[in-house]
Amino acid sequence: MAALWNQPDVQVAVWALLKVGIILNGMLILVSYMIFAERKIAGHMQARTGPNRVGWFGFMQPWADVLKLFFKEEFIPAEANRVIFHIAPMLAVIPALVTFAVVPFGPGPALVGADVNVGLLVFLAMSSLGVYAITLGGWASNNKYALLGGLRSSAQMISYELAMGLSTIGVLMLAGSLSLVDIVHAQSKVAHVFGLPIPGWYVLYQPVAFVIFMITALAETNRAPFDLPEAEGELVAGFHTEYSSMKFGLFFLGEFMNVISISCIAVTLFLGGWNGPGPASLGLLWFALKLALLLFFFIWIRWTYPRLRYDQLMNLGWKVLLPLALANIVLTAIAIQWVSGAAG
Amino acid sequence: MREYLPILLFLIVAAVFAGSTIGMSSLIVPRRRNARKDSAYECGVDPVGNARARFTIKFYLVAVVFILFDIEAVFLYPWAVTFRQLGLYGLVEMLLFIVILLVGYVYLLKKRAFEWD
Repeated sequence: MAALWNQPDVQVAVWALLKVGIILNGMLILVSYMIFAERKIAGHMQARTGPNRVGWFGFMQPWADVLKLFFKEEFIPAEANRVIFHIAPMLAVIPALVTFAVVPFGPGPALVGADVNVGLLVFLAMSSLGVYAITLGGWASNNKYALLGGLRSSAQMISYELAMGLSTIGVLMLAGSLSLVDIVHAQSKVAHVFGLPIPGWYVLYQPVAFVIFMITALAETNRAPFDLPEAEGELVAGFHTEYSSMKFGLFFLGEFMNVISISCIAVTLFLGGWNGPGPASLGLLWFALKLALLLFFFIWIRWTYPRLRYDQLMNLGWKVLLPLALANIVLTAIAIQWVSGAAG
Repeated sequence: MREYLPILLFLIVAAVFAGSTIGMSSLIVPRRRNARKDSAYECGVDPVGNARARFTIKFYLVAVVFILFDIEAVFLYPWAVTFRQLGLYGLVEMLLFIVILLVGYVYLLKKRAFEWD
């Protein structure tokens, strides 16, 4: 046993398994309470109280919801493609969970699942797999509403994925690395302008990229005002019209998981990650605070703005965000070249 | 490759979690089937035909254009990371690359590829 423990691979695997367990459980709890927070905030925005019956102020509501979903009767349309119908909800959850492997939650190697040197690429690769779940789920249901929802969603997600990918390039040029840990470290410098400390967060150097990233994040996670895949006024429930019981639960979980993972990346790329005033041991707290702010932003937007029309959505993605992201790259490149030319 | 091990473990654990959630719930949920419940949902009316029908080619066009620009993004990533080492030469090369792609973009605009009506 001791000989086995002394193997470096075994040690790495055990540590990694421990981290996987903690991060996954933490994220599942965070998702349940984000759903609860969303219902509460939505309630108060509409002058109601939101769920308040289960536990103190409704605090046990998420667990009641999960139990309810677990025991709900399940329908599978007779004409559905059964194999793909079962796989699609799993595909919604798995990539969303894997993205948390590369997020640096705090300083030090213990607080990041896998410090790989292409962390951002792992995130982009995993988050773009989410489109398969929605498209395949919509197609396999063999329902017209589901098919239309799935098609709309695939076109929307790939259109906005471009602008999202391009908006991160400005950050990469400034940081000179694809590793998320390096990108956070690069933002730790504090400049002093007239005695005022200015943090080195990239949101100050790449404001346009940050705005593009947040808009595309709303579209990638199918949140309002970009929730066309499940536009309930016209498509019943979009791609998950035929899903019930825990399969619907997994789609729901995946959607909120994606919101949290994309917010984690936004914090890492633009808001300085764990950087903040005070000692480094407060890093995790700063990260959590920024993440909570962004999650509130997502909820706030959802209950404030009406849904876009499909042609407006495509216009915004292809004719506004994509050229804007390209222009941002070119301007950033010229600016960096000019500054480094002036310095050297 | 050792630093990639946690990602693999995340993948395995996430797959086990997703599979077991669906598996466990499908063991305990009630199933009282009948022909009505098994038919596709169309607002309570008898379903008309099948959903394996033809749909607009616009979606296909978006997919093709996506591949074009996604490849551009893939080329931009390594350039962005090594941008400071490449200096002015790298900047000019990439500007040329972006201009060539802009020609394609303007062509698509003129062909009204992004119009939905």
